[in-house]
Amino acid sequence: MIELQNISKVYGGRTILQPLTLNIPAQRRFALIGPSGCGKSTLLRIILGLIQADSGSVALNGTRMTPDNARQLRLSIGYVIQDGGLFPHLTAANNVALMAQHLGWARPEIEARVLKLAELVQLPQDLLRRYPAEMSGGQRQRVGIMRSLMLDPPILIFDEPMGALDPLVRFHLQEDLRNIFRDLNKTVLLVTHDMGEAAFLAEEIALLKDGRVVQQGSYQELVDSPGDPFVSEFLRAQRMEAASP
Amino acid sequence: MRYWILSWFLLTGLAWAQVPQEKIRIGSKAFPESWVLGEACCQLARSSGAQVEYRKSLGATEIIYQALKQGSIDVYPEYTGTIRQVFLKQLPDATDGDALEVLAADRLGMSYSLGFTDSYALAVPARVKGPESLSDLLKYPELRYVMNQEFVGRQDGWQGLSEKYGLKPKNFSEMQHELCYTAIASNQADVMNVYTTDAQIEKLGLRLLRDDQNYFPRYDCVWLYRADLPQRCPKAWSALQQLVGRVSEEKMRQANARMVIDKEDPGQAAEWLLKQCLPQREGGLGNGDPPLAKKKSRFNAELLWKQTLRHLQLVTASLTLAVCIGIPLGILASRSPATARITLSLVGLLQTIPSLALLAFMVPLTGVGPAPALVALFVYSILPIVRNTYTGLTTLPGNLSEAAHALGLPSSAQLWRIRLPMASPSILAGIKTSSVINVGTATLAALVGAGGLGESILQGISLLDHEMIFQGAIPAAVLALLAQAFWDTLEKWIVPRGLRI
Repeated sequence: MIELQNISKVYGGRTILQPLTLNIPAQRRFALIGPSGCGKSTLLRIILGLIQADSGSVALNGTRMTPDNARQLRLSIGYVIQDGGLFPHLTAANNVALMAQHLGWARPEIEARVLKLAELVQLPQDLLRRYPAEMSGGQRQRVGIMRSLMLDPPILIFDEPMGALDPLVRFHLQEDLRNIFRDLNKTVLLVTHDMGEAAFLAEEIALLKDGRVVQQGSYQELVDSPGDPFVSEFLRAQRMEAASP
Repeated sequence: MRYWILSWFLLTGLAWAQVPQEKIRIGSKAFPESWVLGEACCQLARSSGAQVEYRKSLGATEIIYQALKQGSIDVYPEYTGTIRQVFLKQLPDATDGDALEVLAADRLGMSYSLGFTDSYALAVPARVKGPESLSDLLKYPELRYVMNQEFVGRQDGWQGLSEKYGLKPKNFSEMQHELCYTAIASNQADVMNVYTTDAQIEKLGLRLLRDDQNYFPRYDCVWLYRADLPQRCPKAWSALQQLVGRVSEEKMRQANARMVIDKEDPGQAAEWLLKQCLPQREGGLGNGDPPLAKKKSRFNAELLWKQTLRHLQLVTASLTLAVCIGIPLGILASRSPATARITLSLVGLLQTIPSLALLAFMVPLTGVGPAPALVALFVYSILPIVRNTYTGLTTLPGNLSEAAHALGLPSSAQLWRIRLPMASPSILAGIKTSSVINVGTATLAALVGAGGLGESILQGISLLDHEMIFQGAIPAAVLALLAQAFWDTLEKWIVPRGLRI
């Protein structure tokens, strides 16, 4: 589970995050949504321990994060970024296996795990030997998901995972991702600006604006009783986008 | 049988009992007359039975003087004017006695004059009508002057001369000495400084201008030597002394001409000079001129091979060192902005040291030979490697850098598994640049007696022999291309395939 207590961050005189408190229970599929500049990327980096908050605390599965244990705690997070974030000099298989190799897993163990993950994300096995430059965007993203799952972490964080994909590919990947989430029972934090995607993949949604949570609840709750004019506005804008050709 | 064995022992015993062979190290400076005298010195020492080590054509005066002081060489031909000016840093009216005193403090000595003076003079070609003396030059302000760099830089050279005579030429350029002759011959210039024994004076029909205000000091040619030489190598030393007072200006000029114009090699010219000046000398025939072996060309395949091989050795050794030290320095620089600033500016600073100055700094520390050349080549090869390593490591795309962190890889593993492989094309490009620079710079190794293709190039320039310049320059260019091809081939092995798609 992810517990954020009074997290704040100021960058160059601009307040990015107001003191913000957020709890994501274990095995909950949670989406963080909001317009550009709402602070969602900063919040994500703080959870990953890549940057430090000015105040407040982060705890993952009950362990409070400190600069010393941040890297160790990161091993309990599978992280997927836009376009996969694959290293171009490694094959798909080696991208997936990178951390396991570093941690000294035995070769057969690594191979078995990679094959199993390929099956899970429905990536044809022969693609595993290819380099990122030889794959399509959707394939790269599937490899990115495999890499995040390699160490079987309890928490998955997806940062705009579909951002660079064309609509049809996105449609299929969303479908597959929902099945994967359902099968694996992990704590999922999805960051997106697409309300449709958030509604499709997450059980609970937090809408962020100017560094604070405007409203938190299921998609239905947000639609039925928007707590703020901004919420209805945001929902309306998203619907219009979805309706437009 | 027993007698045989006994006599064998006796013979070997005798051989052992002989005085240990004298060992003398001889140097020469980087211009034709010095080569002839250097070779003559070698031949005299050899005929006294000494074992000779010859360092030919050592760069600028500062380099050879440091080599003498430091002990890389024992003796070389020098000129009293130069000794007073460059080494003693005194005015031209210092006496030879003063010179001896100062030299003694450096544990050096100089012989009496070999018999000729090789002084500075200004000369004009026959087409320039009018001026006969230096004072006359004032009446011809339109003349174009060309002087060699050493002359321009020296107190007893152009500086003092122009002050004394009030010369302020409008058209003045500096270049390498032998190229001044080319400029005169091709009507690009009208007045140049010469050394009075230069072979080209006669060949080009130059007129020496009278020094009517007695500006130029005497430049007697002497042996400049380490003070311990006469005790250490008494036989060789007395052989060298034979030449004192025996070389006339005429003979010296002729010997120079045999080499520069008739393309004899310095050894042959020296042999001719010794026969002329020491007719009673053992082994010398002494009966007239040996026929001039008019050679069309100085091309020598064996020498070419030897120089190429040496060139390759210098490049390989210095480049290997530069790679082994440059890549870690690049990694260090990539650690933080502070280390980057320090490392990159330090390495950049090294690059700005002029090559000749660097060689002159190195000689007192390392002596002459490959050591100073390797240091200099290393210094000039390291910047592109450090800089490209640094750039390659620090320009990882932002999302990949974040992905590497977010995966939880510690920074050492990030370096080995991600940053270095991804930086490999950039690092390799740096090494390529370095090797091409290195192949070019290695031609300067000849200035400190380290050999290589620079020998042919520098001698070719001094002798105005284009064929000889090409004999060094073409293989050097080929080596540069080969180095490029070598790294292009290696790229397929070093750069991960995923980065080449």
